[in-house]
Amino acid sequence: MSAAELKPKKKALLDRLPVTSHIRQSVGLQRTMLLAGVVLCAVFVLAAVFAPLLAPYGYSQISDAAGSFPAQAEPGGKHLWGTTVGGYDVLSRVIWGSQTAAAVIFAAVLMSIFLGVFLGLVSGYVGGWLDRVLVVIADAIYAFPTLLVAIVMSIAINKGQSGFWGGILACGFAITAVFVPQYFRVIRAETIRLKAEPFVESAQVVGASSARIIGRHIFANATRTLPLIFTLNASEAILTLAGLGFLGFGIEPSSAAEWGFDLNKAMSDASSGIWWTGVFPGLAIVLTVVGLTLVGESINDLNDPRLRGRKRAGGKSKAPTAVNQKEVSA
Amino acid sequence: MATLIDAPPPTVATPKSKSAGGGLGKYILIRFLLIFPTIFILVTLVFFLMRITGDPITAAQGGRLPQEQINALVHQAGYDRNLFIQYIEYLGNIATGNFGRTISDGRSVAEMLAKFGAATLELAINSLVVALLVGIPLGMFAAHKRDKVPDAFLRLFAILCYATPVFFAGLLLKLTFSVTLGWFPVAGRASTTTELAMGKLAAPSGVYWLDALRSGNLAAFGDIVHHAVLPAVALGLLTAGVFLRLVRTNVIGTLGKDYVEAGRSRGVSEYRLVTKHAYKPALIPIITVMGLQIALLLGGAVLTETTFEWKGLGYQLAQYLTARDFVAVQGIVMLLAVIVAVTNFVVDIAAALIDPRVRY
Repeated sequence: MSAAELKPKKKALLDRLPVTSHIRQSVGLQRTMLLAGVVLCAVFVLAAVFAPLLAPYGYSQISDAAGSFPAQAEPGGKHLWGTTVGGYDVLSRVIWGSQTAAAVIFAAVLMSIFLGVFLGLVSGYVGGWLDRVLVVIADAIYAFPTLLVAIVMSIAINKGQSGFWGGILACGFAITAVFVPQYFRVIRAETIRLKAEPFVESAQVVGASSARIIGRHIFANATRTLPLIFTLNASEAILTLAGLGFLGFGIEPSSAAEWGFDLNKAMSDASSGIWWTGVFPGLAIVLTVVGLTLVGESINDLNDPRLRGRKRAGGKSKAPTAVNQKEVSA
Repeated sequence: MATLIDAPPPTVATPKSKSAGGGLGKYILIRFLLIFPTIFILVTLVFFLMRITGDPITAAQGGRLPQEQINALVHQAGYDRNLFIQYIEYLGNIATGNFGRTISDGRSVAEMLAKFGAATLELAINSLVVALLVGIPLGMFAAHKRDKVPDAFLRLFAILCYATPVFFAGLLLKLTFSVTLGWFPVAGRASTTTELAMGKLAAPSGVYWLDALRSGNLAAFGDIVHHAVLPAVALGLLTAGVFLRLVRTNVIGTLGKDYVEAGRSRGVSEYRLVTKHAYKPALIPIITVMGLQIALLLGGAVLTETTFEWKGLGYQLAQYLTARDFVAVQGIVMLLAVIVAVTNFVVDIAAALIDPRVRY
């Protein structure tokens, strides 16, 4: 019953979701950038989800009923974006590649949020030598080139060779190792700040267990910045995955399509003027990363009142801000 | 003036005044000592992670040699002993500068690092020059045109710089300037004749353009620069985007200060205000973050070198990764860890020297 009474006080669901509420807040150039980012991300997600329907051929398909595909065919006709030296259809591999990328990001970000948040909460709350050791280790990993961390991890997991799911998990873990220190730092700093708050102290007085305080009181307050870190890290995850793939440390070409790997194979084509094998997967990476970065940056700017663009006079949300400003100056 | 300059040194030199405010000397010492735990942790992590799934010889030769032969090799190299004993031995070896021999081509890892490290250093310097030449002026311009159309374009440019993987940037540059226009060579550090000339030098530094200049070989110098442009641009643009945003944010911050307004009211030109008055105080945070970029630069170098067949550490790393030669990989990763740790140290000290408020 009490839940029903509380409900009307909350804002509509659409206003509370991270991205949609930000779109409503934004104006002008900021809004254009945010919307462009959202559109690019949507295209990426749709391509990933509907890859089996959208792609004209399979990612490792080199022949159909009419015979085997020509090698290095120019874009046009049966193969809109041409074929590679191995006879793969470039368009199909780019579309299937979005599925691989999405799966890896999902696995990586989920795992690193889980681990990073957990370690950050515990380290910040418990403190002492555990905290110090974890901070030194996290700082050491953080200072290190991300690609090298990912390479070492992927060697540790499976000597760098694997099939689809194994490969996705390996890449996911490798990228996780890169991101855990970042989540750890953010969450730990927040936890240390929140630990001194009165509501934590009162929970302790009431007799709540440490696990409950960490898991409920601090967790709910410390994780507000996560959507922002998520978008920023998702773009870095794509770049790391592409880098791993480019160095031959991704997923084997017969078990999945991967943009970085395709670019590696396209390098030798470039010298002979064959551009389509490399340009399309490359553009896919760039556009996806740009989309994620635009969303992440816009959210960041909108969360920071100093960077937020102001609405025109007469705008709906103008009134409360004006009142606040008067109060401050008075 | 003379009295003013003469007076302070004795007081600064006394240990009393040093310990009073947690002085610079103490800070440098503590910061220097902190390098070692960082390197130690990375050495330990890399060692155990790379050994977790087995020994390097099986990884490199597995499937190629009969099992008995592999076992013999593993035993000979001591990889079948307790991992912890191997770890202690490895630490001892590193401390005495012995990194072992690569498995795939039997080279001394230390020699390999010295040889290819110079090439990577050259690439890093070249691309840093490009990054600074592109990033700083554009960043100042964006700050000057804040929230106007050029600023929006430059922000998008910065995002594009970050979003484009170096190997894709390299591919586009190759397609445009080497294949289509034919202005620059497709790959490599220098043409064969120059490589030979560089190899004959008595005491080469390994950085080609430096060697060419020292030996007065201008033809070789031209050839080297010709080869260096595309890789430097590909890697430089990646960092240039970061510099651009950094300079923009910080210059915007200082442009709002009162003394800039005072300068403007005295009739100082807007150009001079941006490039001198606002830019110089904005340098401190820029230097700090630039130091952090060394990690990005090194990671990018690995990919750039592979793209342009630039025979440096990154190129070798990719080769050894393909050969699954994990002894060599471990050596390269270790060296890069040391470089990162030392750079961060230097940057922190530089920041402390510039701004006395920075202390640990």
